[in-house]
Amino acid sequence: MFGQANVLAAGQAGFPPTVDDFYLPSILPWGAENSYWFTKITAMVWIAVGVLIIFFLASYRNPQLVPTKKQWFAESIYGFVRNNIAVDMIGHAGVRFAPYFTTLFCFVLLTNAFAIIPFFQISPNSHIAFPAILAIISYVLFNYIGIKKHGFVKYFKNSLIPPAPWYILPLLIPIELFSTFIVRPFSLAVRLFANMFAGHMLLLVFTLGGFAMLSANAWLAPVSVLSWVMTIALTFLEFLVICLQAYVFTVLTASYVQGALADEH
Amino acid sequence: MYFLAAEGGESAHNPIIPLWQEIVVGSVAFAVLCFVLMKFVFPRMEQTFQARVDAIEGGIKRAEAAQAEANQLLEQYRAQLAEARTDAAKIRDDARADAEGIRQDILAKAREESDRVIQAGKDALAAERATIVRELRTEVGTIAVDLASKIVGESLADEARRKGTVDRFLSGLESTGAR
Repeated sequence: MFGQANVLAAGQAGFPPTVDDFYLPSILPWGAENSYWFTKITAMVWIAVGVLIIFFLASYRNPQLVPTKKQWFAESIYGFVRNNIAVDMIGHAGVRFAPYFTTLFCFVLLTNAFAIIPFFQISPNSHIAFPAILAIISYVLFNYIGIKKHGFVKYFKNSLIPPAPWYILPLLIPIELFSTFIVRPFSLAVRLFANMFAGHMLLLVFTLGGFAMLSANAWLAPVSVLSWVMTIALTFLEFLVICLQAYVFTVLTASYVQGALADEH
Repeated sequence: MYFLAAEGGESAHNPIIPLWQEIVVGSVAFAVLCFVLMKFVFPRMEQTFQARVDAIEGGIKRAEAAQAEANQLLEQYRAQLAEARTDAAKIRDDARADAEGIRQDILAKAREESDRVIQAGKDALAAERATIVRELRTEVGTIAVDLASKIVGESLADEARRKGTVDRFLSGLESTGAR
């Protein structure tokens, strides 16, 4: 890290940071530029999956009626998503979606959290591939649930035809079609991706900016320090964004499922 | 490389186009995560929640059952106690009545006994009196005859016995006395 800092201080890293800073060299094969199978990003995804599986299996290996501390913690994560998202949004029928929502919430939260965890310091969700996968799953999920519950024709009738006077329907139906079936997956994916991308970019700007000013002129050192203080402050902001975006992604998925299950528009 | 890219301005990557390799890796990884957590962890949590609810509700139900049983027992005991009280009162009344009866019996018997004793005494007295009267009569007769004999100077005993003079006299005396 200090080696990297020296490199940065010596002005070898570019300022301002670019999109290419998000595409790190491959780990296996080492240093390859356009090989994406095993990079820091994919490694972090696997680590997140491994950590979550190990945590939940270990804390729920031997569940007790009166929980241990670890079991209580695992239960409160599930209980939070189950009661505050699934049941709140969908009602009692939401309990059967709670396992997926919890998995989704934990995965997004942990992969987001990599953005501010030392030595990881970039979130896999700043690559649109991962939010896109989750958004596509949500999209398929709510459409599948809706079609399964109402049947194909009734589901689309429910979704597309709002209870409005007939003369306004020609205007409303295209809007409904566009917003429900086209925009939703994009907005879900892009919201998460853009938040994590922008967060990483902000931290890069202030961190690299400090080094850039220091290397440009030693008299700018106080400003560099200010820049790094800003980095710390922005890390706290980033923490807020991390939690919020994980919550928002899960809540929106639950809301879409609720809309698909609803009887009337 | 970074430096060159920054200089070049145009990036080699478009951040809005997903890398297909990452889509594959992410899908597989997320599928594994979903499979494990949704199959082995969260259903068991749901079971634990249910077990906990059952335990609490079962406890409440058991407590209610115990309460009901206790109430029923209390009611039963109260009924038994009231019954016992009634029984006791009845027994007391009976005993009192019995005692009264016994007292009356004893009194009656005692009265009867005393009457009998009195009667026996009276009878004995009467018999005694009769005996005495009879003896007296004989004796008085004899004495009177003896006396008269001494006065008259001859034995009147056979004569008096023969004619029943003494008896007659005494009877007359008695009837006069009785009158």
